Amino acid sequence: MIRLDNVTKMFTGGTRPAVDSLSLDVDRGDFVTLVGPSGCGKTTTLKMINRLIEPTSGRILINGQDALALPAYELRRSIGYVIQQIGLFPHRTVAQNIATVPLLLGWDRARIDERVGELVELVGLEPAMLTRYPPELSGGQQQRVGVARALAADPPVLLMDEPFGAVDPIVRKRLQQEFLQLQQRLGKTVVFVTHDIDEAVFMGTRTAILNMGGVLEQYDTPETILAKPANAFVENFLGGERGLKRLALRPVSQMGLERGPVVDVATTGDEALRVMDEHEVDWVGLVDGDRLLGWVDGSKLDGGDLRLLEPRPFLVSLDSQSSLREALDAVVTSHARVAVVVDDGVYKGMLDLEAIAEEITE
Amino acid sequence: MILAQESGPLFDWDWVARNWDQIIDRTWEHVTLTVVSVAIGMALSLGLSIVAVRWRKAYAPITWITGLLYTIPSLALFALLVPIVGLNATNAVIALTSYTLLILIRNTVAGIDGVPASVVEAADGMGYTRRARFWKMEVPLALPAIVAGIRIATVTTVGLVTVTAVLGLGGYGFFILRGLNTFFWTQIIVGVTLSVALATLFDLGFVWAQRWLTPWARGAR
Repeated sequence: MIRLDNVTKMFTGGTRPAVDSLSLDVDRGDFVTLVGPSGCGKTTTLKMINRLIEPTSGRILINGQDALALPAYELRRSIGYVIQQIGLFPHRTVAQNIATVPLLLGWDRARIDERVGELVELVGLEPAMLTRYPPELSGGQQQRVGVARALAADPPVLLMDEPFGAVDPIVRKRLQQEFLQLQQRLGKTVVFVTHDIDEAVFMGTRTAILNMGGVLEQYDTPETILAKPANAFVENFLGGERGLKRLALRPVSQMGLERGPVVDVATTGDEALRVMDEHEVDWVGLVDGDRLLGWVDGSKLDGGDLRLLEPRPFLVSLDSQSSLREALDAVVTSHARVAVVVDDGVYKGMLDLEAIAEEITE
Repeated sequence: MILAQESGPLFDWDWVARNWDQIIDRTWEHVTLTVVSVAIGMALSLGLSIVAVRWRKAYAPITWITGLLYTIPSLALFALLVPIVGLNATNAVIALTSYTLLILIRNTVAGIDGVPASVVEAADGMGYTRRARFWKMEVPLALPAIVAGIRIATVTTVGLVTVTAVLGLGGYGFFILRGLNTFFWTQIIVGVTLSVALATLFDLGFVWAQRWLTPWARGAR
């Protein structure tokens, strides 16, 4: 979808290229994160794709067509663009901001209104905000408007330059997750610049790690990069806790879940003791049908009716979308040393330390 | 030793009633000279501001030349222009216009420079042409600074129009000059008061116009 072919950018007055003979292929529907230290040319690379910066040499192909074949402004209208400072137009209402590219493309009024309505819903804004001016919105809301504006004319390609860098960490996490969900529905081809390796591996389907001067050190799936860094630079840039970072990328749903030492309250205390023995643990989980009630200490079992026991709840409960990293956290913080998985109130199973460690070392 | 050429009250309402037609004529003259001079000044300074924004190197010479014009005493400038254009309204308008340029250009360029870089980058990234970006982003966002410049230029011009009395024009300045020559206080008071009132009216008009032109600046902050 996007091909950079031996692209070099030499700024006037610079002694060495900002980007030096960079080649990069981005497939349709890929979410590529560009990450590297400051000065690695990641933003320069991004801006060469929509020609906010013109390459000194090399070729950039978008959908097979040379980016230089069109006037720059026409090319840009077909590419969504989101920047860290958002850059909403302060003299235009939220609705007018979102309608920017459709207006430039000359859509008629009715079509624009309809599209703006769709987008407001898509990015999770209140329709009441449409008539407000950007300075009246919070940082998170402004960034949603920025994303809606970039998506307005339904461009196949989206360029994002540290889009969530200016909002506080809690809002950033939420915007990241929301944007990933959005992307799953939209299937855009995204190029996303960040200096944050955690964001890069979390958001990307592929990650390009750049070194000074736009040298591509490794370009692969985040999983592979974390498991097999290509060289010392990449290893160093990834930082510590690579195992944990890999766990963070994998959802619980990828794992086979054990039912674990769990009995239904309709059975007997003897059955509970048998299950405990079988699993070699001193506690037992209780379910009522497919609903997880909690767990009881083995010493509380007196052979009587299980319904009369008062189970203690599992403090941390995951769902299938939780990451293995969250599962690990649940394991080490629970008395029972397990992470339980519940989807919409239905007990799915549990994970222990052994299972998680096996997954990451296999 | 008050030089009361005519005895009687300091302010003579009868004179106002007798000369009402002339007051209306001079008001029209004052307003016309002000509006024409400021309007031509706005057009010229917008053009020169575009040049200054587009080619930065031109900004220093532009401010240097308009700054030089600004320092010439108004009486001297009228006199200098007499051999070229004569003793008429053209002379007045050229001089008055030249005094507006420095203020208008400075404010316009400062206003455009004050447009956030992120807005410019976003506009470019969305596919605005350079010209569309200038008229639809930079000029509207620079409006508060531009209007501030127009207010100063207009108030200054209203005052300076009175000096054109030496050319036989002068709007309200006509009354002031004649009053000074004849020591007739009523004329001086009429000339000064109406001139100040006109300046105030123009200023309030622009405050209102700016509020109307920049609805986005009302709600926020």
